[in-house]
Amino acid sequence: MRVPLSWLREYVDLPDGVTGRDVAEQLIRAGLEVETVEESDLTGPLVVGKVLTYENEPQKNGKTIRWCSLDIGKDEPQWVVCGAHNFEVGDLVVVVLPGAVLPGGFAISARKTYGHVSNGMICSSAELGLGDDGTHGIVVLEPGEATPGDDAIELLSLSDDVLDIAVTPDRGYCLSIRGVAREAATAYGVPLKDPAALPLNGSGSGGYPVRVDDAEACSVFVTRTVTGIDAKALSPRWMQKRLLAAGMRPISIGVDVTNYVMLELGQPIHGYDKDRLSGEIVVRRANAGEKLMTLDDQTRELDPEDLLITDDSGAIGAAGVMGGASTEISDATTDVVIEAAHFDPIVIARASRRHKLSSEASRRFEREVDPNLPRYAAQRVADLLSEYAGGTVLPDETVVDTHPKPAPVTLRADHAARVAGAVITLDETVRHLASVGCTVEAAAADAVAAPLAAGAHAPVLAEVGSTSVGSTSVEGDDLLTVTPPSWRPDLRDPNDFAEEVIRLFGFDNVPSVLPAAPGGQGLTVSQRRRRRVATALVGAGLTEVVSYPFTGDADFDAMGVPADDVRRTTVKLVNPISDEEPSMQTTLLATLLRTAERNVGRGANDLAIFQTGLVFLPKAETKPAPLPSVAQRPSDAEVQTLYDALPDQPLHVGVVLTGALAPTGWWGKGRPAGWADAVQVARLIASVVGVEPVVKNVELAPWHPGRCAEFSVGGPDGTVIGHAGELHPKVCQAFGLPARSSAVELDLDALIAAGPESIAAQPFSSYPVAKEDVALIVPAEVAAADVQAALVEGAGELLESVRLFDVYTGEQIGEGKKSLAFALRFRAPDRTLKENEVADARQAAVQVTVDRFAAVQRVG
Amino acid sequence: MSGPNTDYDPVEVTPLHAEEVERTRDEALTAFTGAADLAALQEAKTAHLGDKSPIVLANREIGALPPQARKEAGQRIGAARKAINEGFASRLAVLEAEHEERMLDTERVDVTLPWHTPRLGARHPLSLISEQVADVFTALGWDVAEGPEVEAEWLNFDALNFQPDHPARQMQDTFFVEPAGSGKVLRTHTSPVQARSMLSRKPPIYVICPGRVFRTDELDATHTPVFHQVEGLVIDEGITLAHLKGTLDHFVVSMFGEGLEARLRPNFFPFTEPSAEVDLKCFVCRGASVGNPDRPCRTCGSEGWIEWGGCGVVNPRVLQANGIDTDRYSGFAFGMGLERTLMFRNGVEDMRDMVEGDVRFSRQFGMEI
Repeated sequence: MRVPLSWLREYVDLPDGVTGRDVAEQLIRAGLEVETVEESDLTGPLVVGKVLTYENEPQKNGKTIRWCSLDIGKDEPQWVVCGAHNFEVGDLVVVVLPGAVLPGGFAISARKTYGHVSNGMICSSAELGLGDDGTHGIVVLEPGEATPGDDAIELLSLSDDVLDIAVTPDRGYCLSIRGVAREAATAYGVPLKDPAALPLNGSGSGGYPVRVDDAEACSVFVTRTVTGIDAKALSPRWMQKRLLAAGMRPISIGVDVTNYVMLELGQPIHGYDKDRLSGEIVVRRANAGEKLMTLDDQTRELDPEDLLITDDSGAIGAAGVMGGASTEISDATTDVVIEAAHFDPIVIARASRRHKLSSEASRRFEREVDPNLPRYAAQRVADLLSEYAGGTVLPDETVVDTHPKPAPVTLRADHAARVAGAVITLDETVRHLASVGCTVEAAAADAVAAPLAAGAHAPVLAEVGSTSVGSTSVEGDDLLTVTPPSWRPDLRDPNDFAEEVIRLFGFDNVPSVLPAAPGGQGLTVSQRRRRRVATALVGAGLTEVVSYPFTGDADFDAMGVPADDVRRTTVKLVNPISDEEPSMQTTLLATLLRTAERNVGRGANDLAIFQTGLVFLPKAETKPAPLPSVAQRPSDAEVQTLYDALPDQPLHVGVVLTGALAPTGWWGKGRPAGWADAVQVARLIASVVGVEPVVKNVELAPWHPGRCAEFSVGGPDGTVIGHAGELHPKVCQAFGLPARSSAVELDLDALIAAGPESIAAQPFSSYPVAKEDVALIVPAEVAAADVQAALVEGAGELLESVRLFDVYTGEQIGEGKKSLAFALRFRAPDRTLKENEVADARQAAVQVTVDRFAAVQRVG
Repeated sequence: MSGPNTDYDPVEVTPLHAEEVERTRDEALTAFTGAADLAALQEAKTAHLGDKSPIVLANREIGALPPQARKEAGQRIGAARKAINEGFASRLAVLEAEHEERMLDTERVDVTLPWHTPRLGARHPLSLISEQVADVFTALGWDVAEGPEVEAEWLNFDALNFQPDHPARQMQDTFFVEPAGSGKVLRTHTSPVQARSMLSRKPPIYVICPGRVFRTDELDATHTPVFHQVEGLVIDEGITLAHLKGTLDHFVVSMFGEGLEARLRPNFFPFTEPSAEVDLKCFVCRGASVGNPDRPCRTCGSEGWIEWGGCGVVNPRVLQANGIDTDRYSGFAFGMGLERTLMFRNGVEDMRDMVEGDVRFSRQFGMEI
């Protein structure tokens, strides 16, 4: 809502010298979101000029300029060059003179142009900061509107500040100058001159026939008729100026007046060409298949839920959203039927959404309009049409009004103070409630309701007359009965009234008290371990990145994920950012590889990145999530149904390594990051959370079929929790990554869940260690991890540790074989081991590998 | 360099002649002192302390002396040997120290050279700031609560008093999950964690919830469809707006420094009533730039305050929908955008830097923000 300060001043006696910024600050304190204050940076001289002569002078560039002499109230005429042609000799125009600055900081000086010295410029509406007035030319004043030499800044009130307010959904009444004026009046403690307080001269009956079939959707419907207007009349300049300043373009007197009254009072108005109406106006819901051509010349298929204004010809308007083209006011219109109605906010909100049609009217009706306004607004429109379009206002008036009166609410007298945690006296409470327009009564135990205060701004439209404010006879735990004003339908609950009191009391005056929580338990085990994983990865040289979780077929194709792979079954969005990426990621790598691609593309060839994030795994059976009532807590079963309807969303960690782990340098040759580094990162993550995973070779996209490690927990037949290894060459190529890049993805939630709750300390031996090395020749396809497991199994309790230290393949041991060398350490808790004990344990260990893998000990 | 001593006759030293013994001792000490390096010292040792050295030979003679002379001779020889031994040891210490010093000197390196093990990586600053916020509140005894990102529409909206057709529900441009009418959305704020906390815990509830949220904004310098928030919720007996202010003041000081405070401006949110915007006193100019064109402040745009988030007293309708006894309990809630916080706190100028995953963005922070 754009609010010119001059318009606001008409209804509020703001102190002299108050600027737009001052008012904005006060309104912000009162809870209005003033987004910007446009301050006029225009400085004169800017004067009215009368065109004395002009010469049309064609130019080489194809333009024709006018060399004009102007009477600006001085002895000598002022000579200027003008590019516009929409004026004649004798017209009054607005002339900016050298030394002036136009909006936007354009300094004006005498300058040579088109072969003349132009001493200033004739101004267009846009140049004056008034916006486009649609003339495609300069501003031409009405004859007699001013005298040459008059100050045009004052005449056109150009030095106006404009406040732009983002109106929150609860403050629909502030989508009007009237509403903002009410807030400003309260903020400055000055009276409001309510623009709706105007005399009604309608008879209350006999107006254009109207029938309302759906009183819940349309609780008020008022019409007035104005006859004999000149629809081609121009709206007065002050009205055009205000419309422009408020962000609306002047169009025609009929349209401008309805828009003006809407801005002024907040009541949307619709005008019909009476001659184009046929029969009774009926307000009803649409029939299936019904259509309406709206004012924007769009033909709209109507929904049976749509509320319509109809006549004998069918639909003539989408109620509260947009009028129809068939009964639109035109230049030929003489008689106008004015509609001012009250529509249900939900009905309008749904219609507006259904037709993707948000209008000035629908924005206001959605937020609910003061139901007492329609008669006053219709009167105001009629009066303006009579004054500026020469019409006659008929006393006949249609008034349908079934709107319920605002319901009183009972609350504790000290409720606001209790919500605030501040000392707010009863007097203050009552005063603040009154100043927003509430009527306040004491709901005493003896049930004799004594009026404490009536809304300070209520008298004109509310039924309660003003009474004296304040009473100290009411105690804190007594009750108040508060009736909100008609323009505040958002005031329903005790806390709504508390908010009004507290904001006027001042949030700044509420004390600051840190509450004492009962004592927490710190981070959960999972939260703690997640942090440690991240810290360990950073210690290992990896950098954390973020990426969007959106993915699509292109990512899966690039990763070589087969068509029937479960990862292609995704949670999809109805309205994704990009149609190419309609899915939520089922693997972190889909998006992490893109991030790697971007980094490599930006020149970071040696990359070690990680990310933690949720993946979204649809359940086998997808059920909609219910929308239980909010009147009470849903049952445990209902809550469970809500939770169960959601996809599984485990936290994963993903890693991508590209290029060199260590570069070539003065120490020697560098080392590329390879499959083993990826596997090692995965092992690192597992060990940080205290898990010893089982690792084995598998084939899985996007990894190299021979270089992918599967990680599982809970023993050899446990749960798979992720993979690590070198990426498939095609995947590296598809993502533009260096050859032999590698990646890891682990289910961090599952990994952490498999970790120990706590670790019991084990005693360790101070007796000497016995070291034994053993080299075993096994078939090439046997996994080192399995051989090691066999050694551990066979060696028994005396084995302290085992470490693989060499892998050898070559002629010496024959084709299809490999030699694995392990360092074994034996130690007993209670004694020094004897040589034969160690030899026996070693032999037992070897024997298991012999039995299991036909291993042969390598000698020498 | 000193050569071997050749002009003495060891057998001529008799332990009975004090002057001979002293001469021998002095010769030895002179030889040690004159040894220029460890090798020369070793030679001198052999000559003056070796098996055939005069003092050792003289020592052997003692046994052949008449018993009445043995004592005196023994003491004389013993004292001389002691002096020679000490002379050797002290010269040895000096030469060894010199030797070590020379050796260490030759081992000098350039410690500014790089090495090949990986440098420290970096956390993403959004993670770091989430953790810092969590730490501030766990220190107050609050728990860190979490929730999923694909969320039930009921928890994201209805449970928080966003009514189905209320304009507030349209204010947050929502990603909906297929099929239309699934009742599932990408959470538009961390506030559904409030509802989850109330549904799953019994008051008193003190939780802080950092997390990722989604709105259908296009990515530009100040907007991103995927961003992070942190949400705080307290439900307890007698909770008031004053407690909210106290908590926010503490939060501001913890994140931005002593002497700062929060300011509340009335606003509207469906899930709180009263509701307010939270402003933070500018931690750079502390208000000094207001109305002072000579000292403009980029951080707050010379406003003195920085918009930080939203807050309010939990609307009793929200308590009711989530099964909290409104007669007994009240609460407050607040929420901030973490990207926005980083932007003004750490001077990040473009939102895109924060979401594109360029390692250079994270690396400039390392492990600290």
